[in-house]
Amino acid sequence: MSLRFQRLLLILVSVIMIFVAVLLILYNGRKNISYFYTPSELASLKIDIDKKVRLGGFVEKNSFIKITASSFKFKISDDLKSIDVAYQGLLPDLFREGQGAVIEGYMTKNNVLNATSVFAKHDENYMPASIKKGLENTGYWNKNY
Amino acid sequence: MKFLLNPNSFQNITNLLFKPILIVSLVLLILGLIFSFYLSPNDYQQGSTVRIMYIHVPSAWMSLMTYMIMVIYSIVALAFRIPFGFIINTAVAPIGAVFTLICIITGSLWGKPMWGTWWVWDARLTSVAILFIIYLIIIFINNSFENRAVREKIVAIFILIGSVNLPIIKFSVDWWNTLHQPASISKLSKPNIDPSMMTPLIIMTLALMLVGISIAILRINTEITNRKNSL
Repeated sequence: MSLRFQRLLLILVSVIMIFVAVLLILYNGRKNISYFYTPSELASLKIDIDKKVRLGGFVEKNSFIKITASSFKFKISDDLKSIDVAYQGLLPDLFREGQGAVIEGYMTKNNVLNATSVFAKHDENYMPASIKKGLENTGYWNKNY
Repeated sequence: MKFLLNPNSFQNITNLLFKPILIVSLVLLILGLIFSFYLSPNDYQQGSTVRIMYIHVPSAWMSLMTYMIMVIYSIVALAFRIPFGFIINTAVAPIGAVFTLICIITGSLWGKPMWGTWWVWDARLTSVAILFIIYLIIIFINNSFENRAVREKIVAIFILIGSVNLPIIKFSVDWWNTLHQPASISKLSKPNIDPSMMTPLIIMTLALMLVGISIAILRINTEITNRKNSL
């Protein structure tokens, strides 16, 4: 085995060991690395009142209620569970029913999430606005978007 | 392909190729910007804001590609004792840092109108911020140490250790819940981007790649000349 090959082997083995070590750390810390809980995760966890949590999912259809100009109520769902959210403030442009959203706030006693901020999440699909119109006209538009 | 490992033939070949590459890159950049701003449609959800993608995504790809090049050259330089790899590491680190910074700034400008926030500490955004810090540390090490031989080795080893961040950036959106959406383009499936939006994205990617290569050629040749003069 030539010296260069030994050096190459040494480098590759060390790099792979570092990769494995870091992946193990990340794998065990995945609960803390995830940015938000899904509604089912949040429902199965015992979350302390007055502890900040983030919840992510879809804004449930027909759940959005506008109480005043800057005070809203809606449900965040993942098709399995849904959680009530109350929010006072400005909503992002993309926020609407059926759209993904991440909510940051505190759980209250009656299982309502009191939101301090709301972020809209958008998906990885990009499509011209004109095609959407065409699809709607021909009835091929998937309403879930 | 000897010019990728030998400073003298690199200088000979790039002296011939530099001007054509620079001209093509500028033409593509102008063409790409025209496509991005005028010849591509609005997105069905995001409207005109989607145009930020045509600079954000190519610079993100370039920041990762630059790092990958440094990883390959670090292995070559350390294992096969080819000093040209150290020259490349010194020359391209700032280019990668700038691409990362462009990606972070444009992403932030895109996040404010779409997500409703400039910045969140989710896995994707944090790992890219760490990539930027790694680039900065590489540049700092490159500018410290009197002894060049010691410094080059430390830089190469640090690059290899930092490479663990690359798969984390790539897969962060699949492994964890993040505010950032998953990748639109993957090898296994049809891209989720309409062809009319793919065109500006591809042109801008080629343009930024060639701009990066032009700057890299200048910086590598300067580094080679400096080293020859200091001998």
